[in-house]
Amino acid sequence: MLKGRSLLEPMDFSLEELEDIFALAKEIMKEPAKYIHVADGKLLATLFYEPSTRTRFSFEAAMLRLGGQVIGFSEANSSSAAKGESIADTVRTVGCYADLIVMRHPKEGAPRIGAGASDVPMINAGDGGHQHPTQTLTDLLTIQCDKGRLDNLTIGICGDLKFGRTVHSLMKAMSRYKNIRFILISPEELMIPDYVRKEVLEKNNIFFEEVRRLEEAIDRVDVLYMTRVQKERFFNEEDYVRLKDSYILDAEKMEKASKDMIILHPLPRVNEIAVEVDKDPRALYFEQAKKGMFVRMALIMKLLGIEEGSVN
Amino acid sequence: MLVINSIERGIVIDHITAGLGARILNYLDIDTSKYTIAFIMNAESATRGRKDVIKIKDVVDLNLTDLGLIDPHATVNIIEDHKVAKKIKLEIPEKVVNIIRCKNPRCVTSVEKAAPHIFHLIDPETMEYRCEYCDDIVSMKGDWQHDIMRKEWLRTKSCE
Repeated sequence: MLKGRSLLEPMDFSLEELEDIFALAKEIMKEPAKYIHVADGKLLATLFYEPSTRTRFSFEAAMLRLGGQVIGFSEANSSSAAKGESIADTVRTVGCYADLIVMRHPKEGAPRIGAGASDVPMINAGDGGHQHPTQTLTDLLTIQCDKGRLDNLTIGICGDLKFGRTVHSLMKAMSRYKNIRFILISPEELMIPDYVRKEVLEKNNIFFEEVRRLEEAIDRVDVLYMTRVQKERFFNEEDYVRLKDSYILDAEKMEKASKDMIILHPLPRVNEIAVEVDKDPRALYFEQAKKGMFVRMALIMKLLGIEEGSVN
Repeated sequence: MLVINSIERGIVIDHITAGLGARILNYLDIDTSKYTIAFIMNAESATRGRKDVIKIKDVVDLNLTDLGLIDPHATVNIIEDHKVAKKIKLEIPEKVVNIIRCKNPRCVTSVEKAAPHIFHLIDPETMEYRCEYCDDIVSMKGDWQHDIMRKEWLRTKSCE
């Protein structure tokens, strides 16, 4: 039962619960019109202390397409945070008005503070370089729809693995499926953090390989997960400039990939995927963004306890 | 030979690894208190060669279970009427609250001042702990002692 629960990181939900969400998302994708009034009278609060396009819009679109309404702010300066209000106090207050809270924050663990401050379910929409569990729902649904499975996969993850919160959440979530192998492609400075290495990979005896060049991995993966080197995560501009162009996926590199491989990207991209790749049928990142809205619709329904039986 | 009398009522922290006694005093923030305290460094120990010992007179209600983070080999004896009323064997704690400060500048505890600093043990061998909020891992071996908060600091914090 997901009603009333919070989603702070992928492991908060069991595999069965995730499967329930994916199944509902697929139903919504087939016939979205059936769901346009299921959340009538419900209110979603979006607390975005950091800029976002896809995640905020997809949450807002998801709630509106379910018949609910949305309040919130899209930058910290337009909230009481600018006056020095704590995260806990903000959430406690917003929890008096809303049925569900979505938070994005540049500081890692901020949604956990929020979840402890109110009884209203909290969804982590990205906390610093830490976790982004609803992006992972999107990623998993996209993989499942294309591959028909979430086990027996070799997943290449390329780019910023250190600060890439989508990467950390994806690896955590995939670590529970059988026979998953990771090929991690990054410069030395942007390798996965210790906690992912120890607590996710080593603890679960998951095979992983670390390489420096995309060419060393592209012909061996079922899924290639590209990421952006994120300027906003660097305290030092020089480091960002040095690393930002580490990997660029183009049509030439795609020639070496298998015809069944799929490319995912949490977006936004800067230049790590050349625009020429967009027309390749294996490029699923915009399809992935679209699925993000549907899987968030399913998540909202589950956390609000809206029964599928109430759908007309 | 140095002789320290037994105490009628209080706490004796015994079998402290030689050299760690001062850190325990610092953590407990009783070195600045008005309690009568005996602190013995490098005492002879039949089992460990050398040890430190701390005796605190007239105090029995200090919560000392977290001392295992500093020295899991130490023992705590609660003394009543000159006798050991209770003996506590310290262990490496599974969870510590407001003892280790998270040093990750990206962690929410760097801005949310009222948030308790919570760490969970992930490996007793390496004494590595994981921050509840940001998952940052710190090892409590090596120079870690400098990161231990003083209990005085706790009094200004809201704990769990």
